[in-house]
Amino acid sequence: MNFWKIAWRSIQQRALASSLTSFSMALGVMLVVCVLVVYNLVSVSFRNNASLGYNMIVAAKGGPLQVVLNTVFYLSSPVENIPYDYYLEFKDAETRAAAFGEDNSDGQRDGKFAAFSKIAIPVCLGDYFHRFRVVGTTPELFDDLRFGPEADRQYAFAEGRNFVTKSAEHGYFEAVVGSIVAAEVGVRVGDEIAPSHGAPDGHGHEQKFTIVGVLAPSGTPNDRGVFINMEGFYLMADHAKPVKKDASNGESESAPAAAKGHDEHADHDHAHDHDHHHHGELKPLPIEEREVTAILLRTISPLVTPGLKNMINEGNQAQGVLPVQEIYTLFDLFIKPVQTVLLVLTAMICVTSGISILVSIYNSMNDRRQDIAIMRALGAGRSTVMAIVLAEAAILALGGGGLGWLAGHGIIALAGPTIEQQTGVLLRFFDFTSAELLLIPALMLLAVVVGLLPAFSAYRTDVARSL
Amino acid sequence: MCKTLSLGIANFVLEPAALNRQATMLYLQDVKKSYTEPDGSALPILDIPKFHLAVGEQAAMLGRSGCGKTTLLHVIAGISRPDSGVVRVAGRDITTLSEVGCDRWRAEKIGYVFQTFNLLSGFSALENVMLGMAFARIAQAEKRARDLLDHVGLSHRLQHKPAALSVGEQQRVAVARALAKHPKLLLADEPTANVDPANQQHIVDLIRDTCREREVTLLMVTHAREIAEQFEKVVRLEDVNQVSEQTTAS
Repeated sequence: MNFWKIAWRSIQQRALASSLTSFSMALGVMLVVCVLVVYNLVSVSFRNNASLGYNMIVAAKGGPLQVVLNTVFYLSSPVENIPYDYYLEFKDAETRAAAFGEDNSDGQRDGKFAAFSKIAIPVCLGDYFHRFRVVGTTPELFDDLRFGPEADRQYAFAEGRNFVTKSAEHGYFEAVVGSIVAAEVGVRVGDEIAPSHGAPDGHGHEQKFTIVGVLAPSGTPNDRGVFINMEGFYLMADHAKPVKKDASNGESESAPAAAKGHDEHADHDHAHDHDHHHHGELKPLPIEEREVTAILLRTISPLVTPGLKNMINEGNQAQGVLPVQEIYTLFDLFIKPVQTVLLVLTAMICVTSGISILVSIYNSMNDRRQDIAIMRALGAGRSTVMAIVLAEAAILALGGGGLGWLAGHGIIALAGPTIEQQTGVLLRFFDFTSAELLLIPALMLLAVVVGLLPAFSAYRTDVARSL
Repeated sequence: MCKTLSLGIANFVLEPAALNRQATMLYLQDVKKSYTEPDGSALPILDIPKFHLAVGEQAAMLGRSGCGKTTLLHVIAGISRPDSGVVRVAGRDITTLSEVGCDRWRAEKIGYVFQTFNLLSGFSALENVMLGMAFARIAQAEKRARDLLDHVGLSHRLQHKPAALSVGEQQRVAVARALAKHPKLLLADEPTANVDPANQQHIVDLIRDTCREREVTLLMVTHAREIAEQFEKVVRLEDVNQVSEQTTAS
């Protein structure tokens, strides 16, 4: 019979009090486990979001954080737009020739930033599908962009395929939806969707897009996006930039609105749309009527990024924003302190549970003084009875802690599918964070600390008087 | 008056000159012990010039209530330290041992049967007996505990907690626990005081017979004269304790 068994018998003798104190410790540890996992989840999620596959966002001048919130997370109100030809400055001569026409001098040269650009993907924001942002973009977003910490992950499709610029079946009007959108709204490949203009409750566009693909969960904000072909986006009502026409044509200004901030332009006329919609064969919107909200840019090397950013910022048309920097600023400013507070609070719950173990054992010391004296009379040394009390505290703390760990991971395993759907991060029962390893020495330390006072009381028991 | 009761202080204060220490299990010399009163003054309890028991000897110690019988047993067991004097148990002066050494000596050499049995209520009869051996680090404790409980007639009550045992059974468990570690000296503090008369003789016989079989020296404190009379050696504590003498004289 060792002192662990003796300690266990003592715990059994006070089964109710022991269960309650152990249960409180289990609750504390369960909360700590949940917070640690959520902490890790948020960190991973942020790292995923910071591993976007592009290292600069080019957008209209304004607050860089708003650019990131808007472009990366699809949050906040849309920023101003930049001209389409500015976007073409990031493209090579071939692409520009296709856009401007080979006869146009602008189409005969590389864009002035093209030498620094590896990938430049335009995005046009402003419309919604239910509560989700509609993103007008090019197929490059899913074909060319590689995301993740190693920039080696390609967006996968749970169903269907990427949209194309123009298909025989759907013309310019193909769409891809993120995994969360598909799950929440219940849309699938083959369904037609009509974005609403400017706001989730804005008027619906008549133009419908056919869903040709559903993204597999990626853990990025793109899981919450609806991606439509940019050419189709431009061809929707109200999406053309108003341009000055030649006065001799008897037109002053056609088609207001643009691809930006449609909520500001909800009550304009649709005159311009008719130029493109009333013909049997739809034609892409002319360059001068196009705008983009932002350009997702991957530079040829991180070394050129600061210089390119300065070049862009020196101009008066746009600004370069480094999203990783902004995301980490956001993380450090808002998320980390909240996580830390949560962690401290749950740690304090554990300490409180530890104190309840202390109170429970200490209160039992009066009743147990005779038992301790008997053991001493049978030959147990002071250190032995002290060890027995410490073992008792350790059993309560570690037992409760173990139960709490199981409960915490059980909850996480149960919530795993939902978490994966929302964040793209898969959590299973045995997925634990490295910080959890600290729980074992922390609980041991807690057990020793809370057991020390009653153990010392046992140590000091006057045998002759207590027998 | 029983012949043994006529044994006076002379029987015990005189250590034979040729006393073989190997044959002496217990030897006390000039042992003094006092407690501190609430007002700070000292209250003398023990003052024993000399006392000894030979190996294998069985002695009963009589004494009126409060005369220091339990204190004397505590001093012999090393539970309490004397203020001064020599307490030699199994050839070792335990007053010179450190507390840890004294605990170990007690665990290995001394068995103790308490007046109130002092069984641990959360442990079964078997575990209580095993507990007596746990601190002496005796191997095959369970087998030995089972044998002993069988010896005291409790083989059918091994897993019972003390509350489920009769008073007589509890005391038999206590005896088994005290003897389980093969002590050299068994101290029994009024072991029949809380046992019904029908069981008293059985307990005494059990203790004496077992001690005799295992060559364990026995010092049994009792206030029951009829029990003391069964021992070859009976000691009146007042006869060996000068504090008692003074108290009596005054």
